[in-house]
Amino acid sequence: MTDDTQARIDALVKANKVVLFMKGSPLFPQCGFSSRAIAILNHLDVEFESVDVLQDQGIRQGIKAYSDWPTIPQLYVDGEFLGGSDIMMEMYESGELKQVLDAQKAAG
Amino acid sequence: MPMTADDIRTMIRDAIPDAEVEITDLAGDGDHYAARVTSASFAGLSRVKQHKSVYDALGGRMGGVLHALQLTTVIA
Repeated sequence: MTDDTQARIDALVKANKVVLFMKGSPLFPQCGFSSRAIAILNHLDVEFESVDVLQDQGIRQGIKAYSDWPTIPQLYVDGEFLGGSDIMMEMYESGELKQVLDAQKAAG
Repeated sequence: MPMTADDIRTMIRDAIPDAEVEITDLAGDGDHYAARVTSASFAGLSRVKQHKSVYDALGGRMGGVLHALQLTTVIA
């Protein structure tokens, strides 16, 4: 990963309270796992930024190294890597994801 | 070459010997699996770290040869 890609990912993660790196867009997810991640965020009615890695090969590869995580989607909240779609689903089902996102909303 | 359910189970158990591994072939195409891995070694690890230890067991195949593995980790 180039320093430039690293810096761009870093800026995206830090500038947005909730950001999802995904394949496709929220309206047209291009992969079942990304689609599931979007469904969860929509259901929790949370505002989020999305980054379509299919539009940017640097970020597509770079985010895997940045997070040390092999797959996409990837969710960041408050600059911290929360997990991929499986972990989002587990945290959604246990109510933890709502807690984390509500806490983040309350913090404004 | 897609991986078989047995390949996946063997690799996970080689790296995490106490793991109980249940694998479901979701689409019947040898390419979309769900795995439920139960191990005492997950105790005290965050979810991200639990999943990473399974991905590590698969030696870089995750996200490559193995596109779709829906993973659930359970602390034994």
